[in-house]
Amino acid sequence: MQSSAFLDYVDPWVNWTWLESHVPLFVDALQQHLTLTAIAVAGGLALSLPLGIAAHRWRALRNPLLGFFGVVYTIPSLALFALLVPYTGLSIVTAEIGLIGYTVLILVRNLLIGLESVPPDVLDAADGMGYRPLARLAFVELPLALPAMFAGVRIATVTTIGLVTITALIGLGGLGQLINKGLIENFHTPLVVATALSIALALVADLTLVGLQRVAVPWSRDAPR
Amino acid sequence: MTHLANVVQWFANPAHWQGPDGIPQRLVEHVQISAESVAIGALIALPIGIALGHYGRFGNLAINISNVGRALPSFGLLVIAFQVFGLGNLPILVALVALAIPPMVTNSYVALREVDPDVKEAARGMGYRELNQLVRVELPLAVPLVMAGIRTSAVQVVATATLAALIAGGGFGRYVIDGFAQQDYTKLFAGAVLVAALAMATELSLSGVERLLVPRGIRLLQAPAAGRATTFKTA
Repeated sequence: MQSSAFLDYVDPWVNWTWLESHVPLFVDALQQHLTLTAIAVAGGLALSLPLGIAAHRWRALRNPLLGFFGVVYTIPSLALFALLVPYTGLSIVTAEIGLIGYTVLILVRNLLIGLESVPPDVLDAADGMGYRPLARLAFVELPLALPAMFAGVRIATVTTIGLVTITALIGLGGLGQLINKGLIENFHTPLVVATALSIALALVADLTLVGLQRVAVPWSRDAPR
Repeated sequence: MTHLANVVQWFANPAHWQGPDGIPQRLVEHVQISAESVAIGALIALPIGIALGHYGRFGNLAINISNVGRALPSFGLLVIAFQVFGLGNLPILVALVALAIPPMVTNSYVALREVDPDVKEAARGMGYRELNQLVRVELPLAVPLVMAGIRTSAVQVVATATLAALIAGGGFGRYVIDGFAQQDYTKLFAGAVLVAALAMATELSLSGVERLLVPRGIRLLQAPAAGRATTFKTA
């Protein structure tokens, strides 16, 4: 049977010529990916710090708080976005409510682990030195909880970078957009390159945070991971 | 409020409870592919995690598996598997198994590592051979975290199986993906409710199994596994 050149064409996994001429597409996607991730982690931190400190101080809050965000965490992201879409539309708000909600469980859990790991002797010593509760929290407990907190930020960041790809289905997605493009157009290059970039971005972000932690929190050598 | 009323009506419509696109059929598809993936994943991951933890070697490997496992974008993985294997259940199964493995390796590794060395030494002193020690002393103590790993994997797989509808898979994801495509927000919302409920049911039923499997003494002895488990969320 005679076949046309069109049917003989095999889509390579990476078409380098196409890739070279479409670099801006990837730069834009990467930028959106980073922005969505940064908002999620920053928003998660802004929520988790007060919540975690409150749950540490008032133990009764602890189980309801972890329970609620545990339930949120269990909801698959696509379902959570879909539940929000009728109310907040195909928007960044929808994406961020979900992404921030997921980071809170990770961050609060790690903040609590950090605060609980402060040795009682240290607290006694701080009390003996005349620290008021708020000063003790700010200058003794939180610095000692920082290593565990950093571990939480790392997990939250890597997790969010993976989840951002799914927001492609609500019109965002960062690199996920290009994965979607690959799916819709049956075109390997954007799919493979965007997936690889997403993995690379997560690993680079993780290493960057490790480096940052070494510099900012040099007492965290044996931090939990 | 009309939106929620529509959703209630969608659920009340008998047409949505029968046939190939009915809720029972979609539930079976979703549970079946998820269960198969977790089972295959467990057969691969648990021996690796248990061996790494028991011998206490290659700790970095276990940590790296968890890091890379978290970094894997489930969406990209599914679509790549689709491009490699074409239509059918195989690409879905391959992607889901790949995502099921890391939580089980990491948690079972940590579970075995956390067994008190004194307990191991006591077991050795009582004359347990290595395999006996592993099966009768270390594993019972490790069950809570091993089960937490299986639970984490299962919830992840159920979540990711939703995305499988993008590559022509079945399951509850069908309603969500079709709802998006048809801009049918009632179907979309109903599908999302079903998916969320299934994820929740998976979490709760496996917690129940965990409760049955963990001896009471060990439950009293250890901090709750849920607080110690390594979390994963890829979908």
